[in-house]
Amino acid sequence: MAEQPGLTLLPESSLEARSLPGKVWYVLRRWPILPLVVLALLVITGLFAPQISPQDPYKQHLALRNAPPFWSNEFWEQEDEFKGTDRLLGADHVGRDVLSRIIHGARISLLVVAVSLTTGVIIGTSLGLVAGYTGGLIDELIMRMVDVWLSLPFVLIALVAVIVLGASLWLVMALLAMFTWPSFVRFVRGEVLSLKERDYVALAKVAGASTARVILRHILPGVMNTVIVITTLRVGQLILTEATLSFIGAGIPAPTPAWGLIVSEGRSYVTTAWWSTFFPGFAIFLVVMSLNFLGDWMRDRFDPRLRQL
Amino acid sequence: MRRFLIRRAYFAILSLLAATIIVFGLSRVKGDPLLVYTQEGGGYGLSEQQKEEISRYLGLDKPLVIQYLVWLGNSLKGDFGKTLLDRAPVSGLITGKLGATVQLAIAAWVFAVVTGVPLGVLSATKRGGLLDYLGRAFALFGQALPQFWIAIMAIVIFAVQLDWLPAAGRAFPGEDLGTQIRHFVLPTITLGWLGSATYLRLVRSSMLEVLDSEFVKLARAKGVKSHVVVWKHAFKNALIAPITYSSLFLASFITGATVVELVFAWPGIGRLALTAVENNDFALLTGIVLFFAVAYTFFNFLADVLYGLVDPRIRYD
Repeated sequence: MAEQPGLTLLPESSLEARSLPGKVWYVLRRWPILPLVVLALLVITGLFAPQISPQDPYKQHLALRNAPPFWSNEFWEQEDEFKGTDRLLGADHVGRDVLSRIIHGARISLLVVAVSLTTGVIIGTSLGLVAGYTGGLIDELIMRMVDVWLSLPFVLIALVAVIVLGASLWLVMALLAMFTWPSFVRFVRGEVLSLKERDYVALAKVAGASTARVILRHILPGVMNTVIVITTLRVGQLILTEATLSFIGAGIPAPTPAWGLIVSEGRSYVTTAWWSTFFPGFAIFLVVMSLNFLGDWMRDRFDPRLRQL
Repeated sequence: MRRFLIRRAYFAILSLLAATIIVFGLSRVKGDPLLVYTQEGGGYGLSEQQKEEISRYLGLDKPLVIQYLVWLGNSLKGDFGKTLLDRAPVSGLITGKLGATVQLAIAAWVFAVVTGVPLGVLSATKRGGLLDYLGRAFALFGQALPQFWIAIMAIVIFAVQLDWLPAAGRAFPGEDLGTQIRHFVLPTITLGWLGSATYLRLVRSSMLEVLDSEFVKLARAKGVKSHVVVWKHAFKNALIAPITYSSLFLASFITGATVVELVFAWPGIGRLALTAVENNDFALLTGIVLFFAVAYTFFNFLADVLYGLVDPRIRYD
């Protein structure tokens, strides 16, 4: 069976029959351990960025322009004051430490995701609750708004907004929140439509619960599973979109160390100093990959009906 | 079907109107649009009288609703206004760059379908096998790698280090077919990978579902050959989700195209949009957004209709 691990989920007892690498592989396949490790690392570096990062991410150093990472000989032949933990992953075109910028970039990513996703989830979920519960004209209105919204070319509208309002961190977060909410409305509404016909909801109404109480105490907990699963599946996309916006110059403005922006700044020097482009991009990839894995896993486990997503 | 079509057409027009209102609204968000035009207020040192003349010339002295309607009317006639930078007609610039973008879009879409769909079927029929793992890895990477990063790394590896393919731009019209195609390889794969990954996942999951259904089991029990069951019975029924995705492909394409055209110096509309951003050329960008919004709404409408044709259940939704 070890040759075809994807065929069936083996019963727990067969775990003992496996060799050690087989056991490790079995556990890693069943539980999202690696993604969780990556994401925990992201959260910790994000929260403690000023304490962890070896350098000031904004500090330029002209003598160290495009300085190579630690495994090159040049790194060790530098003058003494630059040795040690200095610029382990090399420096960018103005001599800023790539590692420190990536670490602070984790903080920016966390902030952007936290703010825009929370806003998007709250708006989307409440509109979904209202649409599903009240039905009728309000439902029709909200759902048409969602349809129209989903059919807008988002990135181009973001570009227009950036030209008119000027690029800023807040604008990016607002734009991403606007990009997130519609999908939540659809799924939450669908759930509410079936939940509101349940007996316990009718009983709550008979017992004299107000509409707000019915929605918040009796229906909202029922849709939370779906909301959490969709949120996890969305985070990766959100990070990619933010990075793309920053890369094309319509996102977070320089010199903030956003990952997409670091890649874009390093692009002109990529043939001689590939590290300032490679590492931030790789960080995005690792995080998005982990989020996608975790999202898939959670969907299969908590909400298998969403599998077609 | 008739009612369905009318409903869809009505939605299409509605979303187009919404897009124009948003774009137009953004242009007026700072109040006086002359501030936008002259960059950061009075940038060109205009006197009060000059300002008045310009606003009369541009029709800015009229009420907002009238301005919007005039702008919309002009756009409908194909007049998207003139660029701020050198007063060149926007529609001319767009049609000039359209060819390159459409060619890239078609190439990327073909790549996505040709790789994604068969890999999805194979991945489902050989579930748990080596091919399934490879296919899913390909999809996972396609969905998690940032396109701009793939583009840069592809240039570094295949153009600079190995020197197999050209790093940037489109071949000149006169050059031979081989050179023309070589210029397409990297941008096409970069742009098509994500779509390919999505096709693969969609086809795989719907194939797994169909292969598990009663009529496929019956066909197998009757002794129909395996490849006939897979390709004739199951495949046809697994195509609904991928067909709907084809319209969403355009959405992800617009985002991807700006990035890919930027990195590969591809002379298309995406790059034109970014030039507009660089120059703060608001008029040019508005024209491009409007153009994409129309194209986008049209393809959405087309996909809806196609969907209705393929799956009759959807018409009564």
